[in-house]
Amino acid sequence: MNYQGIRVIYRNEMLRAWHTKTQTILSPVLTTMLYFVVFGAAIGSRIQQIDGIDYGAFIVPGVVMLPLLTQSISNAAFGIFFPKFTGTLFEILSAPISFWEIVIGYVGAAATKSAILGVLMLVTASAFIDLDIAHPLWMMVILVLTCIAFSLFGFIIGLWANNFEKLQLIPLLVVTPLVFLGGAFYSIDMLPPFWQTVTLFNPVVYLINGFRWSFFGVADVGIWISLGMILAFLLLCLVTIGWIFKTGYRLRQ
Amino acid sequence: MNTIVSIKNLSKTYAGGFQALKDINLDVREGEILALLGPNGAGKTTLISIICGIVNASHGTVAVGGYDNRRDFRKTRALIGLVPQELPLGQWDRVWNTAAFSRGLFGRPPDDALVARTLRDLSLWDKRNSMVQQLSGGMKRRLLIAKALVHEPRVLFLDEPTAGVDVALRRDTWKLIDRLRRAGVTIILTTHYIDEAEAMADRVGVINHGELLLVENKRQLMCKLGKKRINVELLHPITAIPAALAGYQLALSDDGVRLTYAYDIADSNAGHEFAVTVLLKQLSEAGLTVKDITTRETSLEEIFVDLVRDA
Repeated sequence: MNYQGIRVIYRNEMLRAWHTKTQTILSPVLTTMLYFVVFGAAIGSRIQQIDGIDYGAFIVPGVVMLPLLTQSISNAAFGIFFPKFTGTLFEILSAPISFWEIVIGYVGAAATKSAILGVLMLVTASAFIDLDIAHPLWMMVILVLTCIAFSLFGFIIGLWANNFEKLQLIPLLVVTPLVFLGGAFYSIDMLPPFWQTVTLFNPVVYLINGFRWSFFGVADVGIWISLGMILAFLLLCLVTIGWIFKTGYRLRQ
Repeated sequence: MNTIVSIKNLSKTYAGGFQALKDINLDVREGEILALLGPNGAGKTTLISIICGIVNASHGTVAVGGYDNRRDFRKTRALIGLVPQELPLGQWDRVWNTAAFSRGLFGRPPDDALVARTLRDLSLWDKRNSMVQQLSGGMKRRLLIAKALVHEPRVLFLDEPTAGVDVALRRDTWKLIDRLRRAGVTIILTTHYIDEAEAMADRVGVINHGELLLVENKRQLMCKLGKKRINVELLHPITAIPAALAGYQLALSDDGVRLTYAYDIADSNAGHEFAVTVLLKQLSEAGLTVKDITTRETSLEEIFVDLVRDA
């Protein structure tokens, strides 16, 4: 095992985040704050409770999940896309480091950054809304697993993308709408029956509801189903990365 | 001399069908400098990329230090340093960090003293805290060499190390390569500058259209394929070569003042080593006065051009 190789990739990625802290930390925290001010404090006070939870508190899991997913994807995607873009990937490919070690370095750093961001956003949320987390351990498990799964997904996007536009395509055009339609701001029970069924095909529903359950002990979907879906997505990403490793897709000609 | 890199029946066909390498067989000896010469698109970079693990071969094997470069990739890659043709560097990294990163990436523990020594050797010490984007092109190339050396490789690949650099830096690079060779590092370099290969290489390989045309000791190659010319300048022009000199197959210049005698250096049976003495004697007997005499051997460049043209 090339521990030194993993260490330097991880360290380099964490340093990169520090150099771009406005973009990777300040911007998502500020956006989240605005959500809490507008939807939580201002509008939320005029909306009735959902499942016995104040609206301001109800939206916390979804609002935290949105930047968590987009930042996990962006962090990992940029991490591996940049060496491809600048040409420095040659050094990584010619080093005595296995593909899985490269994945651990990049995805580990991306997931760490996202997890830190998630905690920062929860701290921010608690400044505006009274938060009482019912299952803190489960909350951390879901947060960390989500960060890892979506960082793996971001790593795949970074390998696939051959320009900056493609890099932003999935987080902006796919993930953000899925989060908004995945029950971030409402309970899926509030939808007509047909749209409830359609919504169940949205994988983000399971993430948000699993996260919501860890906060309030209630959700539209059971915790084990949510956990199973997160693990299934994580596994799918690992299998895809394994295939990339085997075929050298977009890496080795 | 032991073989450090052994290439057997190596071929590479890209997805589009282009065959970049055709059945390459090559043994690189430990401690030597091997220059790979070839025109653009000949397959030099593909060959290096396969040895280093960046490109997968379609067929054949590569062994480095006795290990297969796919099965034992950790062992082979740890032995290799690569300086690529382009200048691929993270522009926002600091010089020190990027060199230390390379050492870690190759699985070596941090060694500040070694990184410092390498940066000093390459005249980059003063720039250790500078951002890469602030470096000149020559400094970036030196930094790439530093990055390739900080994990102490036994084999160093230099893909056109002096392309686009000024004369002073080119000379410095030559000196560095010589220092590395004396330290026991095996060096494989590709270059367009034939004089570079002529000045430094122990052996020369010529590659064209994906085929390795030959690998020869530089001196033997020049002996084998080189020609020698003796130019005799006459004091007074002549209109025809005297009959007494017909046996030499001399060429007379248009202005009638220069006679040229050319022969293959390898053609030792013809007694050419006495040619100058005999020719001068016979010129004198023919009543011609010699004003000046020069000799010239074919350069490696001319041999290379002939080889590539004929292939």
